[in-house]
Amino acid sequence: MAGMFIDVKVDPKVAGDAALAKKLVEVCPVNIFAIDGTKLRIVEENLDECVLCDLCVQAAPPGTVQVIKLYES
Amino acid sequence: MRFYEYESKALFARHGLPLGKRALARTADDARRAAAEIGGPVVLKSQVLSGGRMKAGAVKFADDPAQAAAHFDAILPIVVNGQKSCGVLVEEKSPIAQEYYVGVTWDGRRKLPVVIFSDMGGIDIEEVAEKHPDHVSKTHVSTLLPFTPRVAKEAIAATGVTGNDLTRLTPIVAKLVEIFFQYDLTLAEINPLAKLADGRFIVLDGHVDLEGDAREKHKKLLDELGIKPEETRQARPPTDFEIRGAQVDASDHRGVAGNVVEFDGNLGLVIGAGGGSLTLFDAVRKHGGRPANYCEIGGNPSVKKACALTKLVLSKPGVEKIAVMMNVVSNTRVDIVARGVVKGCVESGRDPAKTIAIFRIPGSWEADGFKILEKYGVEFCDRSVSMYEAAGRAVAKMGK
Repeated sequence: MAGMFIDVKVDPKVAGDAALAKKLVEVCPVNIFAIDGTKLRIVEENLDECVLCDLCVQAAPPGTVQVIKLYES
Repeated sequence: MRFYEYESKALFARHGLPLGKRALARTADDARRAAAEIGGPVVLKSQVLSGGRMKAGAVKFADDPAQAAAHFDAILPIVVNGQKSCGVLVEEKSPIAQEYYVGVTWDGRRKLPVVIFSDMGGIDIEEVAEKHPDHVSKTHVSTLLPFTPRVAKEAIAATGVTGNDLTRLTPIVAKLVEIFFQYDLTLAEINPLAKLADGRFIVLDGHVDLEGDAREKHKKLLDELGIKPEETRQARPPTDFEIRGAQVDASDHRGVAGNVVEFDGNLGLVIGAGGGSLTLFDAVRKHGGRPANYCEIGGNPSVKKACALTKLVLSKPGVEKIAVMMNVVSNTRVDIVARGVVKGCVESGRDPAKTIAIFRIPGSWEADGFKILEKYGVEFCDRSVSMYEAAGRAVAKMGK
């Protein structure tokens, strides 16, 4: 189930980067990221738990991870 | 959490308070045996988490073991104020010359423990305070300075007790205060504390309440007294709604969203913040509202937890709307709670705009929280609206 309030988009080019995927899993305090094999997966049921800490945005190359506040759109 | 009388006395006994010979009976044979071992007349008292035992006929005197067994059978089935008996305490009958009262509890206004003492024990202390205020003393105890028996002596002497009685009573009252502090009690009470014909003092009835949040700290004591973790020891057994509330709180370590108490009103409450729950509950009642529940949220619960609590409250038959109100929050985030309650409404098949009578949680991340509420058409207010006024707005919407 997608988030009601938050969406997270990851550039497909970096989603397959195993090292970056591991880093995103590590930094997110509310487990929005998981790894399936070597590929990054968004855990949709946890999207609304996002605390807007921006750690994922800072961990990835600029512009490749976006946290979207759906209530602002 | 309340202790049964026999448990309170077991605690008192560990600290050397004077008690009569006694034994807990679970069967009529136990009662017969206990009476025989004690020897002489005994009193049999139903063990319930409630007062009013004498009036309910759950206290009886027996002159011999056979009578004790018969009284056991008569007492055990008696339900006192909705409380079933867990057993019968068989205790030696003492020749009483005078009865006193001593209690230690928290004075919410002064934010200090207070020792309440009276030379008119054995009856309801509130009644004594109302009809004979000169026979009741209230002495506050510092939580910063070390406790000394002098405080206990002052409390007793304030009711006019002097001489030998003052000397003999002082260590008993002092010990009760020490027990109150040592075990994080919210109430330690002896009523009556009896003076016997020979001048000795003895605890005839005692009652302690342990702070619920201190259960883990005093696990060893509770284990030794045989109190199981699942025993809530509230004034009545928890309802299914309350049990599910506890499950919501236990489902996630983040924050608090629980301590749910069921009432029979139509306005569901999702409330909290450092005493805010009590204030808001009272405010709703003061405005003529009928709360469907009490609860506590705080410590920044997760969205899932706030959502689950909202769904639980909305699942209660008769709940028309909910009021989401807190004091100004700092560690709890407004946007997280807003997400949780809006989601809870949606997942319950309800329109948040029509279901949330008022959302009054100002503080941390309120700008984001208010954007969420705006999007879903929920009425909200910031700290310029008092908690009392917010409660009034919620109540005014009921029935409309």
